[in-house]
Amino acid sequence: MAGRAFPGEDRRVWLIIAAIVLGGALVIPLSQALFGLRFTYTVRVVALGGAILGVLSGALGCFAVLRRESLVGDALSHAALPGVAIAFLLAGRELSPLLIGAGVASWLGLRFVAALLTTTRIKQDTALGIVLASWFAAGIALLAYIQSIPDASQAGLDHFIFGQAAAIIESDVRLVSAVGAVVLLALALFWKEFKLVTFDAEFAGANGFRVGLINALLSTLVVVTIVLGLQLAGVILMVGMLIAPGVAARQWTQKLDQMVILAAVFGAFSGGLGAVISALDSDIPTGPMIIVVAFALVLMSLFLAPGRGLLWSRLRGRANRRRFAARNTLRDLYRYALAHGAAESPVPDAFIRGVGDRSAELGLSQLRGDGHVRLGADGWQLSQSGIDLARRDGRNQALWNVYRLHAHELNLPIVAEERYVDIASRLPAAAIAELERRLPGSAGG
Amino acid sequence: MEHPDRPALSIDDLTVAYQEKPAIWDIDLDVPEGVLMAIVGPNGAGKSTLIKAALNLIPRAAGSVSFSGLPYERARSLVAYVPQRGSVDWDFPTSVLDVVTMGLYGKLGWFRRPGPSERELALGALEQVGLADFAERQISQLSGGQQQRTFLARALVQDAQIYFMDEPFAAVDAVTENAIVNILRQLNQRGKTVLVVHHDLQTVAEYFDWVTLLNVEVIAAGPTSEVFTLENLQKTYGGRVSYLHGGQLMTASAP
Repeated sequence: MAGRAFPGEDRRVWLIIAAIVLGGALVIPLSQALFGLRFTYTVRVVALGGAILGVLSGALGCFAVLRRESLVGDALSHAALPGVAIAFLLAGRELSPLLIGAGVASWLGLRFVAALLTTTRIKQDTALGIVLASWFAAGIALLAYIQSIPDASQAGLDHFIFGQAAAIIESDVRLVSAVGAVVLLALALFWKEFKLVTFDAEFAGANGFRVGLINALLSTLVVVTIVLGLQLAGVILMVGMLIAPGVAARQWTQKLDQMVILAAVFGAFSGGLGAVISALDSDIPTGPMIIVVAFALVLMSLFLAPGRGLLWSRLRGRANRRRFAARNTLRDLYRYALAHGAAESPVPDAFIRGVGDRSAELGLSQLRGDGHVRLGADGWQLSQSGIDLARRDGRNQALWNVYRLHAHELNLPIVAEERYVDIASRLPAAAIAELERRLPGSAGG
Repeated sequence: MEHPDRPALSIDDLTVAYQEKPAIWDIDLDVPEGVLMAIVGPNGAGKSTLIKAALNLIPRAAGSVSFSGLPYERARSLVAYVPQRGSVDWDFPTSVLDVVTMGLYGKLGWFRRPGPSERELALGALEQVGLADFAERQISQLSGGQQQRTFLARALVQDAQIYFMDEPFAAVDAVTENAIVNILRQLNQRGKTVLVVHHDLQTVAEYFDWVTLLNVEVIAAGPTSEVFTLENLQKTYGGRVSYLHGGQLMTASAP
């Protein structure tokens, strides 16, 4: 793990992006062949709309995830429903007024949460719960009322609850693309500010950034993204579309820019594929399909991603156990042998197994394989290479000890104390010589 | 040491209240230019609050603050801040170099992106704190002490006149403590003013030439040799205070 961490990680991220894009492109001929899905004009519009919304929600969702505001996203999307209903009653079934209504209702919900937090002792999660439930309930009640109006029964507003991609038409996609382009442009322009405020708002404030303004701008972009996605994913599951791509992307990379790009690609894949699946049959709601695809990506990422993935950390744990078992066993053998005469003295098998129990087994087999130790009649005996290795290790530890004690007064360069690493690889030769002079038992000390 | 007439930091009648209770009350404090000052006091004395209020990070109930005679709005480029390292999420997807570069964002202003010259400056600051080899590392791989030094480098890169550091010595390893002390001395030699919230009474006299004893109000402020006395410490902490000074245990109890 010395020096540069995760070499080749950048390349890996681009590979994944290429794979997903390729996979997305293959969906079309595959689904034609397997399911006999005909890529009619409608299906293409739906897929395109889903993909564009996926890009937006994936990119902006990263910030929701990193700011621990996933629940805020959930409350915001639920809170949009009454706005949709009221806008329909006022302006009829045109997408843009419906979305404006949704945005206003969300924004009012957010303001209400803020008001609850500043004027009462209610905590944030509770305040979000209050807004989520009450706004959503109001929305459902209004929808029920709208359904009861005779000439409005065809409105299909209930599609906003679970999402219905089939309802998306070309002009919707054009609207979403135009607004989405503005959102992404704003994200690019204020990238540095968003990153700083997300990582360390206090520091940003002390450096003269208008933290409140930047936060408000970022929240607005998230609200706009949620509102645009409502028709597709529905108010209930929109939060999944927002956070799942970010969660999956985080597993694969350690850089914010890569995370956002990867999340956008994951989002596009889930949005597009989910929309196409739901277009197979008008009874399949789109929101759940998108979420199924998105969370398949999340599961895969949580499990497989190198570095952070579960599989990886299992393997690393095993490798570490092996590495340290050999080292520790060698140390135990050497100490025992020295205490009983000389480095070549045999060490009883029962002793070494008693000290290290299972890891001794592991360590002994490795040391034996490398020729550092052999089993004689009286027990384990270090070979010359084993003795050398143990001495080198002991000297290395001793030098690290001297470094810790005297680095300051000797004015040595400051390096991280990685005691399992050869100190000579961390410090210049002159510094090592200084340390050696102060080793206990050396003439100069 | 010379202390010109105009103090580097001047605080007048500063009061900050959370709910009704004042966290700091009626603070009057002049910090001369070029001092290395510890802010010392018990838990809840308002040490961090004092720094944050001076930097306009929390609203003031009353009072004013000026930096070399300028209000904060016009003195921003003079000031660098090292927050407590626990205040951020160290699992944030970014590298050490990137965090240090954030120290330059304020100078860049809106829309401009950091480029090669910012990278050079950030690498230089990392070199100073002994983390040059860690530039490309992900920040979640750092130890506590390395995190603290990363934050310190982020402040150094700002090349400010006054440095505010909130508990930089809290729970760090010996290497880091030495590194921070070295940096403090270098800053001091270059005539910078440094304010450090500090917890360890043992090292106050060794590390700092100026000290402010704080417990909601300023109990005493001035040169360490004059102000850092058992009597003042007792006024600050109340009850029994003891600390090691020159290898000797100093103790004072309430009469």
